[in-house]
Amino acid sequence: MKLITAIVKPGKVDDIKKALQIAGVHGMTVSETRGFGRQKGHTEIYRGAEYTVDFIPKVRIEVLVDDADSAEILNLIVDTANSGSIGDGKVWVTPVETVVRVRTGERGNDAL
Amino acid sequence: MINSGDTAWVLASSALVLFMTPGLAIFYGGMVRAKSALNMMMMSFAAIGVTTIIWVLYGYSLAFGKSHGGLIGGFEYMGLAQTLGAVVGAEAHQIPMLSFAMFQLTFAIITVALLSGAIADRAKYSSWVLFVALWVTLVYIPIAHWAFASQNGTGGWIVDKLGALDFAGGTVVEINSGAAALALALVLGKRDGFKRDSMRPHNMPLVLLGAGMLWFGWFGFNAGSALSAGSLAATAMINTQIASAAASMTWVLFEKFRDGKPTTLGVASGAIAGAVVITPACGFINPLGALILGLIAGVAGSYAVSRKYKFGYDDSLDVVGIHGVSGIIGMIGIGLFATVTVNAAGKDGLFSGGGTALLSRQIIAIIVVALFSFCATWLIAKAISATIGFRALRDDEITGLDTIYHAESAYDITGNSNRY
Repeated sequence: MKLITAIVKPGKVDDIKKALQIAGVHGMTVSETRGFGRQKGHTEIYRGAEYTVDFIPKVRIEVLVDDADSAEILNLIVDTANSGSIGDGKVWVTPVETVVRVRTGERGNDAL
Repeated sequence: MINSGDTAWVLASSALVLFMTPGLAIFYGGMVRAKSALNMMMMSFAAIGVTTIIWVLYGYSLAFGKSHGGLIGGFEYMGLAQTLGAVVGAEAHQIPMLSFAMFQLTFAIITVALLSGAIADRAKYSSWVLFVALWVTLVYIPIAHWAFASQNGTGGWIVDKLGALDFAGGTVVEINSGAAALALALVLGKRDGFKRDSMRPHNMPLVLLGAGMLWFGWFGFNAGSALSAGSLAATAMINTQIASAAASMTWVLFEKFRDGKPTTLGVASGAIAGAVVITPACGFINPLGALILGLIAGVAGSYAVSRKYKFGYDDSLDVVGIHGVSGIIGMIGIGLFATVTVNAAGKDGLFSGGGTALLSRQIIAIIVVALFSFCATWLIAKAISATIGFRALRDDEITGLDTIYHAESAYDITGNSNRY
């Protein structure tokens, strides 16, 4: 099993959710988060004063998938999140040792 | 003979003006960061409590008792003695003295509450409570006496000797609070992270709600200051509406050109700046004069509040830039636009053929009130700093004053924030 973690622009979350549902993904976790990558922060003017904003608002999407599906889901997220502009985000895949569904105690792929 | 119409209006106005201070608490509370929002609001409520006690014990008496040299009132009304059954006002427009005392109390309350905006997020709460008591006694009461205690030529020196005009508190409330706020901000110093972090308002809907409450209450503040329910109150009320509306638009227009976007904080601040500029002038100028002052106040305020970053004083919620600056513009505006056709008890300003006589009196009132308020406030704040301390500990400031001083937090959404 794999955990796919995607950091994306907030405006892309709905599109990614729909694409994943169509692809048969049963669940996901999203959280609002902030950070910066190569784009760095930017400066903003508010009430006549300029500030550097280091951390840009993003959304983190976490999806647990079967090993066999991970490449396909990964590509699906990347393609959907891609707008071609700076700050589109990052997606990474990490191996997962096991998964347990709390209610039934099912383990591994059965718990996905 | 008590005039029941006039009395009804002053009673209603007292409630309107008192409503402004919880409005200010919400206006200010939304403007600070979430971690100290309750502390900010608590400072306004402390102002209501402490000032009321002082007003009953000796405040009203020293402000409105028989004048001693135009500088301070007497002790005859201590404990509100001799006020039952007494009346104030001209023949045919008399109201109970207690209704006047209540009306004036609400002004004292909001004036000291305004100062809390200059020291947001970083003042020791107990020190603030002490400050309120000292400041109302040593700064507000004398200035209120100077400008509001008209006693047939032998009352407060600004109103009765100098002859400067101030309808509803351009000096007593606005310039006074602006100058005192500057002194407080200088004595307490900057918040940790000033200029580095943007420290934006944490809840703009609260700020707008508070601005609406202030706008609403201001009709009592300005039109109520006519102390009668007649044409003068009507003029003051519509002038208040005109200036507030105009300033709210020019504030964001200026902001749009300077910063790129019109902000909700701008429209709220502009409405307040407009209400401030018309406070001294609303009963002496005509509606077009009010429009002009409002248009100017929005631009001037919008520019003024950005200057604190250049000068480096942390007047956190812009008491100086809004109340100080607009208060001065309003007092000068009287010297230009005042006309006896609006108020026979007023005078003609420069543009009404009255020459510069009134204008120079207005300027003297501005300078004396600003200087006295700044110096006296600076001394009080320094004295508190040197004894019990005025500034919160740095760690407490960073943690947020709500849990530190009040054992509460503004947003306990999960119900868990006091359990960990």
